[in-house]
Amino acid sequence: MHYLDGMAEPRSLLRLRPEGLWCPEGDFYIDPIRPVPRALITHGHSDHARSGHGSVLATRETLDIMAIRYGGSFAGSTEEARLGEARTIGGVTVTFHPAGHVLGSAQIAIEKHGARIVASGDYKRERDPTCAPFEVVPCDIFITEATFGLPVFCHPPAAEEIRRLLDSMRQFPERTHIVGAYALGKAQRLIALAREAGYTETIYLHGALIRLCDYYRSRGIDLGPLEPATSENAPPAGALVIAPPSAVDDRWSRRFADPLASFASGWMRIRQRAKQRGVELPLIISDHSDWNDLTATIRETGAEEVWVTHGREEALVRWCELNGIRARPLHLAGYEDEAE
Amino acid sequence: MERFAELLDRLVLTPSRNGKLRLLIDYFRTEPDPNRGWGLAGLTGGLDFPAIKPALLRTLAMERLDPVLFAYSYDYVGDLAETVSLVWPTGQSRRNSTPSLDEVVHRLMAASRSDAPAVMSELLDELTPSGRYAVIKLATGGLRVGVSARLTKQALADFGNVPVEEIEELWHGLAPPFTELFRWLEGQGPRPASAALAPFRPVMLSNAIGENDFASLDPADYAAEWKWDGIRVQVVSEKGVRRLYSRTGDDISGAFPDLVEHMNFEGVIDGELLVGNPRERTGTFADLQKRLNRKTVSKALLREAPVFVRCYDLLVAGDEDLRALPWAERRTRLEAFVAALPPNRFDLSPLVPYGSWEELNRLRCNPPHPVIEGVMLKRRDSAYLAGRPKGPWFKWKRDPHTVDAVLMYAQRGHGKRSSFYSDFTFGVWTGPEDDPVLMPVGKAYFGFTDEELRQLDKYVRDNTIERFGPVRSVRADLNHGLVLEIAFEGLNRSTRHKSGVAMRFPRISRLRWDKPPHEADRLETLERLLQDELGS
Repeated sequence: MHYLDGMAEPRSLLRLRPEGLWCPEGDFYIDPIRPVPRALITHGHSDHARSGHGSVLATRETLDIMAIRYGGSFAGSTEEARLGEARTIGGVTVTFHPAGHVLGSAQIAIEKHGARIVASGDYKRERDPTCAPFEVVPCDIFITEATFGLPVFCHPPAAEEIRRLLDSMRQFPERTHIVGAYALGKAQRLIALAREAGYTETIYLHGALIRLCDYYRSRGIDLGPLEPATSENAPPAGALVIAPPSAVDDRWSRRFADPLASFASGWMRIRQRAKQRGVELPLIISDHSDWNDLTATIRETGAEEVWVTHGREEALVRWCELNGIRARPLHLAGYEDEAE
Repeated sequence: MERFAELLDRLVLTPSRNGKLRLLIDYFRTEPDPNRGWGLAGLTGGLDFPAIKPALLRTLAMERLDPVLFAYSYDYVGDLAETVSLVWPTGQSRRNSTPSLDEVVHRLMAASRSDAPAVMSELLDELTPSGRYAVIKLATGGLRVGVSARLTKQALADFGNVPVEEIEELWHGLAPPFTELFRWLEGQGPRPASAALAPFRPVMLSNAIGENDFASLDPADYAAEWKWDGIRVQVVSEKGVRRLYSRTGDDISGAFPDLVEHMNFEGVIDGELLVGNPRERTGTFADLQKRLNRKTVSKALLREAPVFVRCYDLLVAGDEDLRALPWAERRTRLEAFVAALPPNRFDLSPLVPYGSWEELNRLRCNPPHPVIEGVMLKRRDSAYLAGRPKGPWFKWKRDPHTVDAVLMYAQRGHGKRSSFYSDFTFGVWTGPEDDPVLMPVGKAYFGFTDEELRQLDKYVRDNTIERFGPVRSVRADLNHGLVLEIAFEGLNRSTRHKSGVAMRFPRISRLRWDKPPHEADRLETLERLLQDELGS
C-alpha cells in the first residue's frame, strides 16, 4: 500500500503492547488491561474500564460509571471527552463517537495527516432507547469486536423478544419471571423495552443493579417504577425481576414464587446454551452486533483493513478475505491474555 | 408456522409436565384451524414427508455460504438443522408475511423428490431462523421436544374438558388437521364418530394398594393374579382388521408381525406382551426391550425373541361387548376364548389362590417366576372401566431392590429446582478389597423430601471438590462421603455404562448419614443380582 507524501501510515497509529492498544504518537492506551499513565476508555464494562490508571479520558457517563463501580478515586485524574469534539494529543487528533453499546459508550477515532484508525470498542446497530445510536466513522483501519462473529448469530428484533417475555408472564401468571441481565446496559435496556411494550407494573431489582439503574434515571432515561427485590420486600407472585445472570439459578432466587428462569443474551440464540444453563425462557437480546451488523458495519466504514478482537476472530477474518478486505486477528499480536 | 416454531422452542426448554400442558393448551386455544391441527399432527408423529432428506439441507446451505464459514458455524452449534436455520441468508423473500403452518404442510406434501430442493429453499427463504428450524425438523421427522403423544392427548383432553380416554378411543379414527375433533372439544360440534376399524378401547388401570387399604377389603371379594413385567397391550382383531395397541392407544402392530399373524380370532383381549414361548420360557423385560420401538424387525430377531400375550381380560368376544359384565364372568369367557388360540402365542394369566392377605403377601414376596413384579387384585364383580377408578383393581408390587451407594456427582435441577443440586450420580465400590474405587452405577433425582433436598444441596455445596459447568464433583472416599440407599425395580446389562449395569427406576429411598462410605455395597452385589435376574 502506498501513502502520499505527508500522509501517515495508518498502521503506525496504534501498536499492541502487553498493556493493550498503544498510540506511540500520543503515548496513550485504549482500554488497557493493566494500569498505565494515560488511558482512553471506550465504555464502562469492567473488562474495558479498569481502575488504577494515571489519567483517564472518557465520556461523562463512562467516567460516572467508573466512579460508581470503583469509587471516586479510580484514576489519578479524569477528563471528559465530548462526543464529536476533536482534540490533539501529542501528534494525533482524537475524537469520540457514539458506539450504541451502553450509556456513554464511544468509538475512538485517531487521525494524523488524513489517515484514520477507529477503535470501536463494543458496539451494536440495533435501536436502544437507553443510549445514543452508533455512528459510522469512515476510516482506513477499523478495529472491530467479534463477540458474535459467526454467521449463526442473528439477533431478532428486541421488541419481539420482549413480546415473548410478556406472553410467558400471561401464560404463567403465578410464576415469578427472573431475567438474567448484565448490570450495566442490558438491565436498563430490558426495562426500557418492557416499558415501551406497555408493561407498567413495578419491576424488581437485584441489589447489584440498583445504583446503575438510579444513574441511568439521573441521566433522564425513564425506567418506570422500580423496587429492590429483597427477602423482606419479596415481589408478588408473577412479578418481573431482573438480576445478574449468576444470581438467577443460585440460592438468591429461592425467595421467589416458583421462579421461571430467563436470560437476556445473544448467546441464547444457540439452543444448547439455553439448555445447559437451565434457562426456560431464553431472550435473544444483545448489546453487541450480530454477524450481519458486523459485516455491514465493516463495509460502511470503507476500511481497507480490519483488525478483529475479542471473540470469534477467525470467521470474521475469513469473511473479510472473501470480500477483498485485509484483516488480521489482534490476538496474534499479543492480546491472548485479554479477559473477556 | 412461526407460532408453531415458538411452541416447539418453549416446549423443549420447559421441564415441568404442567408447564408443557399449559403451553399446549394455550396453543390449541389461540391458534386457528387448520394450523393447530397440523401442529397436533406434527407433535403426535402423524406427518411424514419422505421427499425431504437431511443430506439435502446441508447441500442447500453449502450452496449459500462459504464452506469454511459453514464449518466454523456447524462446529460451534453442533446440530445440523439448527446451523442451517441460523446461517441461512435473510432477506431473500419478496413476501411480507411468513407462511402459515397449513401452507407449509401443503407445500411439503406436494413436493416430489425432484422439486424438494426448490420447495425447501423457498420455505427457508420465507421463514425466520426459529421457523426454519421447525420446518427442517418437521420435514425430516423427529421434533424431539420432550412431548409424548400421550401428553399431547392429555392437553387435548384438558383443553376440551373431557377424559383423556375418550381422546384415545377416538384417536385412530381421526385424521389431520383434526377440524372435527377441535369443533367437538370447543363445544361447537358433535363428538366425532369412531370411524376406525378395530379401534382401541380405553384401558382399565389399577391403583397401588396402601397399607391402610387392607383393613377395609375382604379377600373373598378379590381375585389375585401375577403382575407380569412386560408391556400392557390390547389385542384387537375385528372383521379382518388386526391391531396391537399399547396401553395409551398407540398402534404398535408394525413391530410385531409374528404376533399379528396369529391373531386369527374375533374380539378384543387385554394382556401382557412378553418375549418367549408361554409353554417353555417367559423372557425378561430386557429381552422384550430388543423388540420395542422398532420400525422393522429382522428374521433373526423374530427367531431369537418371539413375542406372546399372557391374557388378563376379554373385552369383546365376536361382536359382543363384555365390558359391563362382572370380572368373574369375563374371566370364565376369557378361559374358554384363550383355549382356542394358538398356544405358542397366547396363554392365560394364571390366578393365584389365597385365603388371607398374609398368605398372599408370602406368595408375593416369593413369586414362582423372576419376571413377576407383584400381584394384581381384581374385584370379582367389577366391570371393565376406562381410566384408573379407585377400588376395583389394585396392584401390589414386589418390594424394590435396594443398594447402598456413595454420592459422587451432583447437578443442578431445572425449573423449581434450578437453584438446587438435585440430580445425583452415585457409585459403588469395585477393585481390590483393600484399595477399592468408586464406579458410577446410576443417577437419581427423586425419592427424597423437600427437606432432604435442602440437606443434600447443602452437603454438595459444602463438600465440592471440582466443578464442571453445572456439575459438581463431591468428596467421596473410604472415610468421607455420603451414603445413599438407592431403591430400584431391576437391573439390565448395559454396554453403554462402564459399570456394565443399568438400573430401572432408581430413586433415593434413604439418606444414610449414619453409614461410613466404606460400608457401602460393592459392584459384585449388583452383578450377582443381575445373574439372578437373567439366570432363570
